[in-house]
Amino acid sequence: MHMADALLSPAVGGTMWVATAGAIAFCAKKVQQDLDDRKIPLMGVLGAFIFAAQMINFTIPATGSSGHLGGGMILAILLGPHAAFLTIASVLTVQALFFADGGLLALGCNIFNLGVFPCFIAYPLIYKTLAGDRKSPMRIAIGATLAGIIGLQLGALGVVLETVLSGISELPLEAFLWAMLPIHLAIGLVEGLVTTAVISFVWKARPEILEYSATSRPLGNLSITKVLTGLALAAVITGGVLSWFASSFPDGLEWAMAKTSGQEELAAPEKGIHHFLAGIQEKTAFLPDYAFQTNEQEPASQEKTPPSWLTVDTGSTVSGLVGGCLTLMLAIAIGFLFRKRNQIM
Amino acid sequence: MSHHIVEVQDLSYTYPDGTAAVRGISFRIHHGESVAVVGANGAGKSTLLLHLNGYLTPQSGTVRIGDFPLTKETLRDIRRTVGMVFQDPDDQLFMPTVYDDVAFGPLNLGLPPDEVEQRVQKALVRVGVAHLRERPPYKLSGGEKRAVSIATVLAMSPDILVMDEPSSNLDPRARRTLIELLTGFQHTKIIATHDLDLVLDLCQRTIVIREGQIMADGPTTEIFQNDQMLEQCHLEKPLRMQACPLCSRKSSSMAP
Amino acid sequence: MAKIESTFSDLSRLDALAARDSVIARLDPRVKLLTAVVFVLCVVSFDKYVIAAMLPFALFLSLIMGLGGIPANFILKKLVLVSPFALLLGMFNPFLDQQILLYLGPIPISGGWISFLSILLRFCLTVGALLILIATTGFNGVCMAMEKMGMPKIFAVQLLLLYRYIFVLMDEGQQMYRARALRSFQGRGTDMKTFGHLIGGLLLRTLDRGQRIHLAMLCRGFDGTIRTRRAPRLITRDILLFVLSCLILITMRRYDCSLLLGQLLTGFAQ
Repeated sequence: MHMADALLSPAVGGTMWVATAGAIAFCAKKVQQDLDDRKIPLMGVLGAFIFAAQMINFTIPATGSSGHLGGGMILAILLGPHAAFLTIASVLTVQALFFADGGLLALGCNIFNLGVFPCFIAYPLIYKTLAGDRKSPMRIAIGATLAGIIGLQLGALGVVLETVLSGISELPLEAFLWAMLPIHLAIGLVEGLVTTAVISFVWKARPEILEYSATSRPLGNLSITKVLTGLALAAVITGGVLSWFASSFPDGLEWAMAKTSGQEELAAPEKGIHHFLAGIQEKTAFLPDYAFQTNEQEPASQEKTPPSWLTVDTGSTVSGLVGGCLTLMLAIAIGFLFRKRNQIM
Repeated sequence: MSHHIVEVQDLSYTYPDGTAAVRGISFRIHHGESVAVVGANGAGKSTLLLHLNGYLTPQSGTVRIGDFPLTKETLRDIRRTVGMVFQDPDDQLFMPTVYDDVAFGPLNLGLPPDEVEQRVQKALVRVGVAHLRERPPYKLSGGEKRAVSIATVLAMSPDILVMDEPSSNLDPRARRTLIELLTGFQHTKIIATHDLDLVLDLCQRTIVIREGQIMADGPTTEIFQNDQMLEQCHLEKPLRMQACPLCSRKSSSMAP
Repeated sequence: MAKIESTFSDLSRLDALAARDSVIARLDPRVKLLTAVVFVLCVVSFDKYVIAAMLPFALFLSLIMGLGGIPANFILKKLVLVSPFALLLGMFNPFLDQQILLYLGPIPISGGWISFLSILLRFCLTVGALLILIATTGFNGVCMAMEKMGMPKIFAVQLLLLYRYIFVLMDEGQQMYRARALRSFQGRGTDMKTFGHLIGGLLLRTLDRGQRIHLAMLCRGFDGTIRTRRAPRLITRDILLFVLSCLILITMRRYDCSLLLGQLLTGFAQ
């Protein structure tokens, strides 16, 4: 499942982007150093292949519902982990840009969840260990299936953690986990089986392809650990800084602005329209009453008090709604104004 | 003068799966000649062509392009001299825009940006697609793709043009445009094709290949008179030279 | 229409839009990309109960759409298409957060509903921004912008190659899909094994194609480094517009403009 911008906080999104960007840079360097420049066009067409293959459905046995290919494992087996990661990242980027599968900020999370786990954990640690050099249909099947399951489980775990840490969705951690993990167990199983089907086909038709990818550039244990440690450190440091930033200063932008402008809040000019408006605001009767009314009706004790930095000023909300509606209408109006002009398609 | 001569001596090549694609082929092509390579599918035409720009190295025999024998060191020079146009233009146009594709070769040659621009413009104009400069390749028609793929090769100023089935998948108008274009080229041309009418229009000399060996090598008009040999090689006369279907029907109905 | 067929037409349509000329299309891709990033960051940084303050951002998008010659209903249609996803994400909120935050006349509205609407709006704004970015810049432009701004070249090349061959592969995939559809009946023929054969075949053809492309690259002197043409220099007009856009976006984020507008109106109404 893909992460979405709507559920992501800048802190979590930014952290994951840092980790992903690091991974991309690392893999780009590795692929560059790879003496086999056949990989470059191959990555391109295999990415396009995965893209197209994902559009074709198949029926999942025993359920009758239709499934689609993920493809991460196939790429890892054919291209090796580094090139496969770049390919997966590119496919996800195109999907994010063109089909709103997630969003720009969430892209970092998605590339991490769907790229790092299959390529750098599931493939080397599971598939290669099981199927690696001594290939046989059974080994390929077990290796691919298990790797698919584990890769997807980790990916699902990633989504859950990122959502919960962002704090925008209300779902509690436990409930979310109970919802996501079992579903992705099933999806992982299916993915593993389909991967097996495809790889077996290739292996029967042209085994030398798999031989080539198996022998090229084995991922030594040391490099996985280095990669993961590096990523983890980057994530912790950036995450730590950003979270402190976000918690102490509820409105990070305001804080940044305050720091840059040297004042706590940009002081309103004494004269001019702001003052005029503020004066009008004070004189209107019903807004203060509303605020007052709501407060009285709230019970004295509450199980859940909103955090101090999240007070919703009901007075401003009404005006906010009016202004909001107007803004929305303006936006629609502009759309209509330009509609005639842009209708030619 | 040895420049621009293509000389193949006793070339043989067998694929890893055991197919002996080329079995002792020899010929010599001179500067400016226009030669067709014809034969059945699987006769060995493509394998032969792949030797001409060094993608395949002969397992026995030699290939010589101009002054260079085909070796690892001379590969770069050979690829600059021999321009190859593939059967499927989609394999040849892999950059984001037409301009980028045509500029790919010159940029790799290390030419300065101004000269690259000049060459690209010249090549585009030569094949008549200058207006497609910024077009992405997937938005081109079959004929346009074919023209652009020729331009990508022309931009490197090769002396020898090798083409694999250039008229395949072209509609009649695009095909005619292609033939007119190629007629104007002064390069040495080696064309592997099934389109025997194109051969009649473009190539004075024809080499017929069968099962990896040369069956015939001579003037095109002579080769196409030899019905028996053509049939042996899974070929026919060019349609132009066959009896006109309308006339022969009339005459047979009036036959004595 | 099968997913593969609709995806194909979607991609080509979006790219066709990008090829059209307009005020926005002529701007430097780097400027447009950065503005989109700032936009998304601003929207995403709002607190979870904010709705009205985000609406000026819709106004911003609407303006860009208009100036850029993008038909609004095309974008809206796409938004509607992906909105079930957003609905799914946020729909638990009203159940989990029942604390009343405000009253609309006599009707109590819980925090859950507000955050749900906020999620929907967030979704529309961020997705809309991306679509408009592509529609006014084109994929190649966005890749070029990212590469000039520090993205590793290999990755940029990968994106470009991927995009270039998506159409070719989708075409082949479509043919395969149709061939299968014509010979499968009532759910038979679409099983995993058949799929494996189909996709396996497509994969082998793809690998062959990759080989041929590599050959084509070698024939034109490829030696491992991909060389691209120079990017045009950033002109002052574009830089100024970028600064202006950022100022507008940050102001909209900093100040609740809907609120100000509303206050202006309610003030006059008194």
